[in-house]
Amino acid sequence: MAKFYFTSSKREEKHLLPSRNTINFLLNYSKSLQVIECSNSLKFETILN
Amino acid sequence: MKDYTLSDAVLVNNYIKGDECALSILIERHKQRIYSFIYSKVFDRDVSEDIFQDTFIKVIRTLKNGKYNEEGKFLPWVMRIAHNLVIDHFRKGNRMPKFEDNGEFSIFSVISDGDLNAEKRLIKDQVEEDLRNLIQELPDDQKEVLVMRMYRDMSFKEISDKTGVSINTALGRMRYALINLRKVIEKNNIVLTN
Repeated sequence: MAKFYFTSSKREEKHLLPSRNTINFLLNYSKSLQVIECSNSLKFETILN
Repeated sequence: MKDYTLSDAVLVNNYIKGDECALSILIERHKQRIYSFIYSKVFDRDVSEDIFQDTFIKVIRTLKNGKYNEEGKFLPWVMRIAHNLVIDHFRKGNRMPKFEDNGEFSIFSVISDGDLNAEKRLIKDQVEEDLRNLIQELPDDQKEVLVMRMYRDMSFKEISDKTGVSINTALGRMRYALINLRKVIEKNNIVLTN
């Protein structure tokens, strides 16, 4: 019985995935994030529309 | 787009050079493992989504800022970020304890079951893993004695018999193993506390 519970819970965890919205957000965030490097080695992050 | 023939290192390099598709492939490739890892610690879908998102925001910012040091270990690096964010999540929870005033006294609010909570368990696991890695850096003879004494709980007499050296030599190796461990810990500012 213990084995049965163990294997089923493992199987459930295998199918866990983040939502499509989260992934789309990350991809959009990545596209909009720009790092601007200044001459004195300073870096600024900006989010472009 | 799902090009599974390219290694993580190549994709990371392409992404740093401006190929946004590379990030998409990396996320698709590792999303299940990272998300499952987070969920296995917090057991909450919404919290897992948040931590997964924060993990990759950190990844994106680090890569775009040119702060990533490529050593062919992209996934372990991302897992480490996720692990640290899970710890942060539990720490935040401890700083803001939930209190439900329903007028009833609960004995569970004042007693502890003695077990480590999830945060402390995670920190303990991390400390033990760090320590195991440090021990691997010791010279073989010192490592051998330390592992026998600390992990196998053998007496110095048993260690002496097993390794074919005198008890004094075994004691000396143990002493130097601990001295060397302390040196490495201090040199690298490693914090091994629970």
